[in-house]
Amino acid sequence: MSATATTPSQTPERLEHKGLIEVRDLTTRFKLTQGWVRAVEKVSFWVGPGESLGLAGESGCGKTTAALSILKLLPDNGKIVSGEILFDGKNLAKRTEYGMQKIRWKEISMIFQGAMNALNPVTETGKQIAEPIILHEGISEKQAMVRTRELFDLVGISQKRVMDFPHQLSGGMRQRAMIAMALACNPKLVIGDEPTTALDVMVQAQILELIERLRRELDLSFILISHDLSVMAETCDKGVIMYAGEVVESGTVAHLFNNPQHPYTRQLIKAFPNIHERREMVSSIQGDPPNLLDPPPGCGFSPRCNMKTGECVDDPETFEVEPGHFVRCHLMKRGVS
Amino acid sequence: MATGTTPTDARSVRDVSADGARDKSLAGHIGPDDLARAEVRDGVLFDVRDLQVFFPIHEGFFKSMVARKQEKRYVKAVDHVSFQVKQGEILALVGESGCGKTTTGRTMLRLEEATGGDILYKGLPMRAFSGKALREYRKKAQIIFQDPYNSINPKQTIFDIVAEPLEVNGVTSSEREKEERVVKAVSEAGLRPAQEYLYRYPHELSGGQRQRVCIAGATVLEPDMIVADEPVASLDVSIRNDILKLMVEQKDKLGVTYLFITHDLSLAWVISDRIAVMYLGRIVEIGDTEEVVANPRHPYTKALISVIPVPDPLAKREHVILAGETPNPVDIPSGCRFHPRCPEAIDACREIDPPDVHIGGDHYAACIRLK
Repeated sequence: MSATATTPSQTPERLEHKGLIEVRDLTTRFKLTQGWVRAVEKVSFWVGPGESLGLAGESGCGKTTAALSILKLLPDNGKIVSGEILFDGKNLAKRTEYGMQKIRWKEISMIFQGAMNALNPVTETGKQIAEPIILHEGISEKQAMVRTRELFDLVGISQKRVMDFPHQLSGGMRQRAMIAMALACNPKLVIGDEPTTALDVMVQAQILELIERLRRELDLSFILISHDLSVMAETCDKGVIMYAGEVVESGTVAHLFNNPQHPYTRQLIKAFPNIHERREMVSSIQGDPPNLLDPPPGCGFSPRCNMKTGECVDDPETFEVEPGHFVRCHLMKRGVS
Repeated sequence: MATGTTPTDARSVRDVSADGARDKSLAGHIGPDDLARAEVRDGVLFDVRDLQVFFPIHEGFFKSMVARKQEKRYVKAVDHVSFQVKQGEILALVGESGCGKTTTGRTMLRLEEATGGDILYKGLPMRAFSGKALREYRKKAQIIFQDPYNSINPKQTIFDIVAEPLEVNGVTSSEREKEERVVKAVSEAGLRPAQEYLYRYPHELSGGQRQRVCIAGATVLEPDMIVADEPVASLDVSIRNDILKLMVEQKDKLGVTYLFITHDLSLAWVISDRIAVMYLGRIVEIGDTEEVVANPRHPYTKALISVIPVPDPLAKREHVILAGETPNPVDIPSGCRFHPRCPEAIDACREIDPPDVHIGGDHYAACIRLK
């Protein structure tokens, strides 16, 4: 690729924003025959260089859609309605598909959910990893294979396995290969969508340790999408709790887990057992998440909230209860409890 | 568990016929009457003794001609496992994938045949059950599967799904009795009022509600034991906790015994009375749940507990991350099967297959360093 000429769509000056990537009031909707699904509503967060952020919530809360919006990999019926995705001085929300192709994998890569099972079964694993390198770096297959071998070393798979087919690798090794693929073009930001969900506890620990090590060594920024709050507590610096497409609480993991303020965060944390504390029955949250085709007015969590008041039908403001700790709940008007 | 584990010797493997048939001399000598008369003694519902479940590897035609002299090879899914299930308890069988926990559960239901050792149900050896006795036994032991989306028939109503075990086993004599029992099972599974759910189809229910239907289908026969094979692995956190609560409730109120098979030790810790930790076809540690978790003695259990994530970022604990992965159950390492990955292994571990060491109370661990 001889892309020395600047594309006219590219804004020459650098936009000012926080961190490496800042998402501001991102709203993404899906069009169905019955209407528009409110998948992501006014979501904001930012990640600094070398920082890791967890995006957590129950299934259907919009965490994966938020990540796919960043890479603009939404399905045909999905649309970024408003908001900005500021990455390294560029607004990705305004980028064309051609412009995005230069960002994907080279700047931002993703470990997709269950992708270790989506490797092509009839192509050698190493060749599949070399493919994005050849495409993005424009180098020969031979050179790309050299890089692939280095990547195998980096993620802890023996170089001898480069020409193995996916079925010859175990689940943990396939997941390592997916991480190698995400790192293939030296991105600045990696998004991991449930990277350890289908794995055994011990393999999960190995993979999380690997991600942690790579983050330190390569100074990567990392966005972890997980339904498992425990995994987020152990691996991330900051966290965002989502419910029904909205951010209900965000802050450092210490803020979220040691001083949770939103009723949903509090109940969700209690749903996870802590094996080092006194044994007690884990609690569950009554009711079901709302239908996002027709979300409830005001706070999305209010129909299930045990601290609901009359004002919950109005949209709650987001309060900064302590520096860097944001809570979207009417209760915060009365101060931190 | 009291019976010591014997070292694996090649002979016992060869004695097993290729399809793992039962000992013919014993087969059929326990009839349905014996089963009806049998009682639980000392609270022990199941006594699993030195159980082995081996699956023969079928080599292709060419390989079998060329390597004819080669010994028949087996996947040793369950290899000398002994434990007891007490009436009215939740026993958790915990381990990583491929450790043999599901095979153990399935063998207890006679969905797999034991190739060695035996399981005593109320003191009666299961390998000696006659065909009729086996049919009776099937009413006494039920199973709940992992995936409630694929394990129930989408074309049947909830009533039909839950009533089917009654019909198949010819348990009820009248339509009215059948309906009463279905309504009872469905409401005990937490779908209340039952009438509102009976004539719905599975697609109208959420994942958690479907799993409740599966539980109702298992409890409708009023079994002695239910094998719950990863019943919550595919459910969202909040729903998961509801199902766990339901299991505890059914144990307390209906006296159902559960064999809870899970890969997640923290969930086992939440609801089980006792925990058995399996590794590569062997139980490495068994005991009272709180005792095992607070005071794990086997290096594998210690490592497993150390890597369980907890929702507390300030609790910085040391993680014992084992290198590599569980070996292939065809070529089990010599001596202690855990020694290649064990952080505490000594030279003797390579040769000695560790017996169960009594730690105290109900607590046993299979490690020679504990002697």
